[in-house]
Amino acid sequence: MPTYVRTDKCDGCKGGDKTACMYICPHDLMKLDKDGSETGHAMRAFNQEPEQCWECYSCVKICPQQAIEARHYADIVPLGGQVQPLRGADSIMWTIKFRNGTLKRFKFPIRTTPEGSIDPYGGKPTASMANIAKTGFFVQCNGYRAGNPAELIRK
Amino acid sequence: MSGTFGNPEVIQEEVDILLIGGGMACCGAAYEIQRWADAAKAEHGVDLKIKLVDKAAMDRSGAVAQGLSAINTYIGSEQDPADYARMVSNDLMGITRDDLAYDLGRHVDESVHLFEEWGLPIWKTDENGERHDGAQGMTPLKDGGKPVRSGKWQIMINGESYKWIVAEAAKKVLGSDRIQERVFIVKLVNDKNDKNRIAGAVGFSTREHKVFVYKAKAILLAAGGCVNLFRPRSVGEGQGRAWYPVWNAGSTYTMAAEAGAELTMMENRFVPARFKDGYGPVGAWFLLFKAQATNANGEVYMQKNKEMLNDYPPYGQAAVPASCLRNHLMLKEMKEGRGPIYMDTVTALGKLKETLTPREVKHLEAEAWEDFLDMCVGQCGIWVGENIEPEKKNSELMPTEPYLLGSHSGCCGIWTSGPDDVGAPTDEAAAGVPAHLPKGWNWGYRGMTTVSGLFTAGDGVGASGHKFSSGSHAEGRMAAKSMVKYCVDNKDLKVELDTPAEQLVEEIYKPVRNFLEHKDYTTAIDVNPNYITPKMLQFRLQKIMDEYVAGVATYYTTNDKMLAVAEEKLGMLKEDAEKMRAKDLHELLRAWENYHRILTAEAHMKHIQFREESRYPGFYYRMDKNFVDEQNWKCFVNSIYDKTSKKWTCFKRAHVDLVDKSKLFKPAAH
Repeated sequence: MPTYVRTDKCDGCKGGDKTACMYICPHDLMKLDKDGSETGHAMRAFNQEPEQCWECYSCVKICPQQAIEARHYADIVPLGGQVQPLRGADSIMWTIKFRNGTLKRFKFPIRTTPEGSIDPYGGKPTASMANIAKTGFFVQCNGYRAGNPAELIRK
Repeated sequence: MSGTFGNPEVIQEEVDILLIGGGMACCGAAYEIQRWADAAKAEHGVDLKIKLVDKAAMDRSGAVAQGLSAINTYIGSEQDPADYARMVSNDLMGITRDDLAYDLGRHVDESVHLFEEWGLPIWKTDENGERHDGAQGMTPLKDGGKPVRSGKWQIMINGESYKWIVAEAAKKVLGSDRIQERVFIVKLVNDKNDKNRIAGAVGFSTREHKVFVYKAKAILLAAGGCVNLFRPRSVGEGQGRAWYPVWNAGSTYTMAAEAGAELTMMENRFVPARFKDGYGPVGAWFLLFKAQATNANGEVYMQKNKEMLNDYPPYGQAAVPASCLRNHLMLKEMKEGRGPIYMDTVTALGKLKETLTPREVKHLEAEAWEDFLDMCVGQCGIWVGENIEPEKKNSELMPTEPYLLGSHSGCCGIWTSGPDDVGAPTDEAAAGVPAHLPKGWNWGYRGMTTVSGLFTAGDGVGASGHKFSSGSHAEGRMAAKSMVKYCVDNKDLKVELDTPAEQLVEEIYKPVRNFLEHKDYTTAIDVNPNYITPKMLQFRLQKIMDEYVAGVATYYTTNDKMLAVAEEKLGMLKEDAEKMRAKDLHELLRAWENYHRILTAEAHMKHIQFREESRYPGFYYRMDKNFVDEQNWKCFVNSIYDKTSKKWTCFKRAHVDLVDKSKLFKPAAH
């Protein structure tokens, strides 16, 4: 399902050096056509290698203009369906349209804390070099399982 | 000076610790490392310089980029790390390192509890047994909250933003000055004075005309597994819809091998049986919704063919037979003409609905869709395109093309130093191990490879497997501690690159040079006798691997003769890789990814050739040795690569059990 960029919605992220989709694509697929020489559409982004698209939707979810959608893999999937998300701060809404017109909507939580609020070492102990060769991490979150020593048959 | 396409700017930087990759393992390392680095500074006056380099953006890089609907490794308080080590061993046909699996089992829940604290929604079960999504404010796991198990080891999550959350913690610890995104590291560099020590790494920016030459005492190499080394079942646009992330190019294995690190179990592969074409996950359907897989006639092949499991004692006789054997039973139906194979979603959902209220039915439907939407939207794309509603129409299942990885249900990777407190061997019982390599299973630094200063985690660590996202994070944290210790222990060490920076730049930019030198020889940019496009080179690799090294074209079968043909063809392919072209930075990225794929594929082929049995029926069959030979081959197959002669050396290492495996098995039926 390669993603595609709609000419009527993409604004090239307003002339910035890199667009949001270029920033996020894990496979380096999105490209900004600054002068229109590659696509005929200046200052619009495009998917430069659709057959390498994992359809991870990272670009679809991050696009500030909702200009990116997916057209399901043409060598596999009959035309007409669409799966489109709207990702918010704490949840994601999915609109799912079947080829036969059936429509479904789902909303799922995506995180329970505000974005950017993680305080990685807040309230966490410091480390001591005396423990560096021991098992366990610098912080204990009640997840370390010492194990039953009797299970280790060669020890 | 700013660079140009043919003449890049060279940036040289010296650090103590370099993290290569931005996935779960390196995010784990980034989180853990600073506390220990602070301790090293306070107690030893050693101020460690640390840098993370990712070829993508950490918010969405690595195998968890898209999200996940489950965390597949959560031990919980009710199970022992030994139970986990047993499961890992049996699923991988008996040949795994119990020390690595056990150690991971001890540590992994620590990371899961952090994920929940950071904001990852984890499903919970209430006192009535009803399931709730992870945003309901129920008791966290660390305080005794009950997860929703979708299997003995798996817990369900609302994981669309899983990677985003984990990356946020890692990025905050390191800060943007110590993170370099969009730089693809393609080669490691050894030390000039000790060829068995690491000294640095080189790569290039995919955004600017810059080559980066890093000098480092310790390196964590965690750049994923290998995808698209075999011809995939979909060869048009659908080629991107790999089951594992398409950007995993074997970089971990190739860079380690070229640096002289010992690899292990590179013959192992994973052939997941998944929803056809979209490769959506099946775990929740089998284990949470209790669906069964059938042949075209509605027969449950795991029942119908269960006698076949007795051909592979003891692995077929565990309560949960090894993954490869489940494929083995499915393939019999396909080969004998009783396909397609189906997941019977209609019956499963129908049965569940019998006991549920309408509200619960609606919730169940959402759960089924979320399972795909959180981690494999493409499968939903297929369902909507084909008008499949799972309560009304069953979906096809299919075994995929082969994948190489060490963190999911596979165990290829790098031979890695384990913990020293679980009874692992300290000597080597097998003959033929090259003398410069360590003897036992631990040599000082947990997570270190056989090259001094080179560490790995996640898909990089071989002979373990079933770590998944949480385990890779925990393994990265373990490696981080060890790297700090290594740097403190070696604080006066001065490493020196064994190759001058200018030569490294020339090697990296060779595909660009090939293009610039020859592009005007022909009128068609892609057809030129002086160079080959990365894309065509990849097609050639995939064709060789598919047709001779047990891909889907031959129903996963090969033999010694076919492997000999593959060896010759791969040799020529490796030579032609020198002639790859890159017309822009994007294609230079593809060129190096495909070089990494080729060497990884060659290792896979050489290991299959060396192991004279078929250890993983259902994943591959050597038809000239179509049996499991416990007597001679219940051992590790390891290898080293000589980057000068370009030759592999394979050898055996002895396997021992550190936990009793007999608890897994029921007596054989015959």
